[in-house]
Amino acid sequence: MTPDPPVLSRRHATNAVMSGFAWAGTLAALAALALILYALLMRGIGALSLATFTRTTPTPGGDGGLLNAILGSLAMTAVAIAAATPVGMLAGTYLAEYGRRGRLAQTVRFLNDTLLSVPSIIIGLFVYGLAVQPAGHFSGWAGAFALALIALPVVVRTTEDILNLVPDSLREAGTALGAPRWRVIVCIAWRAAADGILTGVLLAVARISGETAPLLFTALNNQFLTSGLDRPTASLPVAIFQFAMSPYPNWQQLAWAGALLISVAVLALNISARLVARRRHR
Amino acid sequence: MLWGVQRSAVWEQGFRGATQASAVLVVAALVGVFALLMADGLPALQRFGWGFLLATEWNPVTETFGALPAIYGTLVTSAIAMLLGVPAAFGIAFFINELCPHGLRPTLTVGIELLAAIPSIIYGMWGLFVLSPFLAAHVQPTLTGLLGPLPGVGALFQGAPFGIGMLTAGLILAVMILPYVAAVARHVIGDVPPLLREAAFAVGATRWEVFRHVLVPYTSRGLLGGVMLGLGRALGETMAVTFVIGNAHQVSASLLAPGTTISATLANEFTEAVGDIYLSSLLALGLILFVITFAVLAVARLLLGRASPDAAS
Repeated sequence: MTPDPPVLSRRHATNAVMSGFAWAGTLAALAALALILYALLMRGIGALSLATFTRTTPTPGGDGGLLNAILGSLAMTAVAIAAATPVGMLAGTYLAEYGRRGRLAQTVRFLNDTLLSVPSIIIGLFVYGLAVQPAGHFSGWAGAFALALIALPVVVRTTEDILNLVPDSLREAGTALGAPRWRVIVCIAWRAAADGILTGVLLAVARISGETAPLLFTALNNQFLTSGLDRPTASLPVAIFQFAMSPYPNWQQLAWAGALLISVAVLALNISARLVARRRHR
Repeated sequence: MLWGVQRSAVWEQGFRGATQASAVLVVAALVGVFALLMADGLPALQRFGWGFLLATEWNPVTETFGALPAIYGTLVTSAIAMLLGVPAAFGIAFFINELCPHGLRPTLTVGIELLAAIPSIIYGMWGLFVLSPFLAAHVQPTLTGLLGPLPGVGALFQGAPFGIGMLTAGLILAVMILPYVAAVARHVIGDVPPLLREAAFAVGATRWEVFRHVLVPYTSRGLLGGVMLGLGRALGETMAVTFVIGNAHQVSASLLAPGTTISATLANEFTEAVGDIYLSSLLALGLILFVITFAVLAVARLLLGRASPDAAS
């Protein structure tokens, strides 16, 4: 029995319309990406100059650069990653190697996946109450702490995922040679998973280097270059926020310069993370 | 020799303990967030009671605080984002998994995923300086002209075309959640046994029919999980919204009107809040946001199991 032609042509028409819609959706998403990158390049490159890297943030109406914001971002990101990497690696190792299907591991896994997507501004509120309020002042350390809390679940998740890909036969081989569990993990599993863990850390750096919301109530901002992180510290994202919302054209210019810098850094980190991940599969 | 074995046991204990402690730290962080928001938000909740959720006035001078405008804005912008973003994300999954040439797949996938990599502050800036002026000049007057006179829906499109407002915020959120929802959709649809797909094609189904009547029902649980994940993102997104929402504590029917969201209120007002009750009200707002997103994300994770994509998303 063949379906009568009108039904068939209607089905084909539906197929064509829906395919067209799928095309349009994909094109729209790629167009959004292209438009954002275009705006960044057009407005950002014109705003970049040597002064952007050599001078500190300006007073209203004055000229200046982003030196203190760049250094503040680098310092806080470095401290955050230095703190989140070991803790995240160990927690991920617990989930993949010791806890596995146990109750604690299941709970940690569930909460970690949730922490991964908890709004970052909530993390900012938390660190404000935990570190800023008791200390009585905003500080770069508090900012780094907030960033570390955001990086942590990323490292935990990627470490666990990658350790799960290490075949058990490798671990058994190590155990058969008389190596205790911790040596099997450190010398065999971690080594086999090194590239994957590095990918996770790079993704975590990419994630936190663009974060603004958690820094608003922790590191706050600073117009000047500070030594050390125990005072309010400027960061690129917060500086961009401040300058973009300002009425001064030269401040808005600086915001675009900062936006370009941050996007280039984040996209480069993302792409290098992908390259490291691909190296694994070869 | 025996000493060596004992030392090894100490190492084993120590290492295992360190990994376990780190894992517990993750739990402690989340519990800590809840406890702190609860404790610091309590004074406001006690003073205003349940009315806090329904009161519309937000006045730091008279110290009267109601959460409704912020909650309303959060829900409306997220609803716009879901309405626009979810069909588009499913379309992308349909296109990349079913329609596009094999060679194009990796490029398209990376392109879509890069949308997730762009920091939210960049979305905000772009929204404020590029998208809003465009919407104000070209789109919003047309919307008001075409849909404004209609009964019912017309109320959604009234008012002056400011460019900034709830519609713009929702539009940007839609673009931001796209990559997350699309990634989950692609992931779960890619896991469908080839046999099912082939059987459907064998009885003469078109590509769309295979997608709509075989792949989507088979993966509905995972797809819903992806949608919830996107919703969790949209509800809590801060910077992109703060730039374009207009920060007005008001509940207005028109989508073109400025409003505020919980996260935007926090970003705009927290560091400048003076007085215990003001600060506490903001923290209570944070608690509401945390509880809502936690519930949404928990449902997402329950639906997805471990079938969610990598930690980058």
